[in-house]
Amino acid sequence: MSTTTYPTITLSPKPDESEVQLLEVSMGPQHPSTHGVFRMDVTMEGESVVKLKPVFGYLHRNHEKIAEQETYLGSMPYTDRLDYLCSLTNNWGYALAVEKLAGIAVPERAEYLRVIVGEMTRLQNHALLVGFLMQDMGSSGTPLMYAFREREKLLDLFEALTGARMMCNYMRFGGCRVDLPAGWLDQAKKVIAGFPKFLDEYEALLAGNEILMARTQGVGVLSKELAVSAGITGPMLRASGVNYDIRKVDKYSIYDRFSFRVPLGDHGDVYDRYMIRLLEMRETVKILQQAMEQIPEGPIMDPKTKVRNFRPKAGEAYGRIESPKGELGFYLVSDGSPVPYRYRVRPPSLVNLTVLEEMCLGHNVADVVVILGSVDIVLGEVDR
Amino acid sequence: MNLETIKAEIEANVPGCRLQLVTNASPCAQHSLLLDAEHAVSVATYLRDAAGLRFDFCSNVTGIDWPQREVSEKVKVKKLVDGVETEVDEVKKTIVPGYLEAVYHLFSMELKHGPVTLRMCTQDRETQVHLPSLMYVWRSADLQEREIWDLYGIIFDGHHDLRRLLMWEGFVDHPMRRDYVDPDDFEYEPTAHDDVLRRAQLHAAETGGQ
Repeated sequence: MSTTTYPTITLSPKPDESEVQLLEVSMGPQHPSTHGVFRMDVTMEGESVVKLKPVFGYLHRNHEKIAEQETYLGSMPYTDRLDYLCSLTNNWGYALAVEKLAGIAVPERAEYLRVIVGEMTRLQNHALLVGFLMQDMGSSGTPLMYAFREREKLLDLFEALTGARMMCNYMRFGGCRVDLPAGWLDQAKKVIAGFPKFLDEYEALLAGNEILMARTQGVGVLSKELAVSAGITGPMLRASGVNYDIRKVDKYSIYDRFSFRVPLGDHGDVYDRYMIRLLEMRETVKILQQAMEQIPEGPIMDPKTKVRNFRPKAGEAYGRIESPKGELGFYLVSDGSPVPYRYRVRPPSLVNLTVLEEMCLGHNVADVVVILGSVDIVLGEVDR
Repeated sequence: MNLETIKAEIEANVPGCRLQLVTNASPCAQHSLLLDAEHAVSVATYLRDAAGLRFDFCSNVTGIDWPQREVSEKVKVKKLVDGVETEVDEVKKTIVPGYLEAVYHLFSMELKHGPVTLRMCTQDRETQVHLPSLMYVWRSADLQEREIWDLYGIIFDGHHDLRRLLMWEGFVDHPMRRDYVDPDDFEYEPTAHDDVLRRAQLHAAETGGQ
């Protein structure tokens, strides 16, 4: 047996109500800082939080039940609506799980296309997150609009490729739906080449900002042990100093062909989570540049995969990818029919909220907004 | 990671546990271990702590509903046909009782391997729906077990806060079960106005609609 100590799970302490005056505030669901419709029942003593219970389900539409009444391919456009900022990585996660279930090989060019659009999704998600985080902190407008400006360029590329800015519905089992239009790659190279300039500008504007540091350093600290035990994934986990990136661990798709580093934080506070995203964007730019250089010609669909009457053999598979928010997993159980017997989405946003209370205890209510912003949730995925 | 060796190692170190290897016919060959409810917590703790395994990351927790089903298989039966003993094909029907299943997908962040899939089954779908909660072994099971209780109705003994997660308080059924029937007024949700509306109706009845 190893000697690593695991954190004992402490549940929210019951404050002695006879001695202090407690104030219960319902934050949300209609509040811009909740990034959707999400509610937190916060109990406060003065201004500091003594108890916080997240309330879910405002956007629940039972995605999984609907998918169990739909063919395998029929659920593909619906995965766009999970994390509606990152439809392409949702497509990818689902396609990967079905490919594992049915044993489908993906042609090389399609893998490159997936990496390119997937990493672009990561760029626009992180750009948006750092913009919204600044907005949550009260720097109204400017940083968010800077981020939106860059994101819009990437969304234009998505639109040119897939026909939609956000609901892309691009991937298919065994490949991708359409090939690159003429001139797309040159335009994409131009946009990506300009991206580091935006990052420099953004960092020069904000990284050393005194207010930013005062509001984020030492706020919402998440320890390494608790992060691992609570199944936190993605940039939030790496900000706590755990070197775990599924692109490196599983080497799914063709990620072993690219050289990139995994940035790690060491404090696990909001500032680290913010900086991890900025650093990750720089690494993502590296991956994109390599992928756009190496992309070969060739088919983009596996010709043996049936589109109609697609029936995987009875069995089950769990496929996962590193989505911009963390580990996005799809668990599928097939009974040999054209509809999945069980379809499960492992939502990174929901699992990352497990420790929201621990991170917020003792902080002011204004910090709760910043801590929640640094988790990076999308309610379409949390509530499914 | 070979599941056979993991199974043998657990059996040697957790006395009394009954494990069963469940094979998966799909090409990815992710086989799983079926745990018995009594020893599930100690097996899970062993998987998390043992030096060569270190499954410290429980990624995905989910439920599956298996309603009662009829399995028919062809069997050859020897029968006397016109005084001659011959082999005759007969369809034998057996009824598999329904149950609910909880599935855990484990990975190791320290040793970077996985997945190992654990399963647990309840005895039936109506009353014996208890399973031990693993949230004190892996904290990530906290919200996900709540979701299973909400959508499937498995009661996780020992869970600290087993409330509904996605459906609202006061909702009675478990919507992910296979035999769940949508209500006619599926848009109905209790709102804060219900009480006000009820009092308004009372008032209208008392005053004769004035």
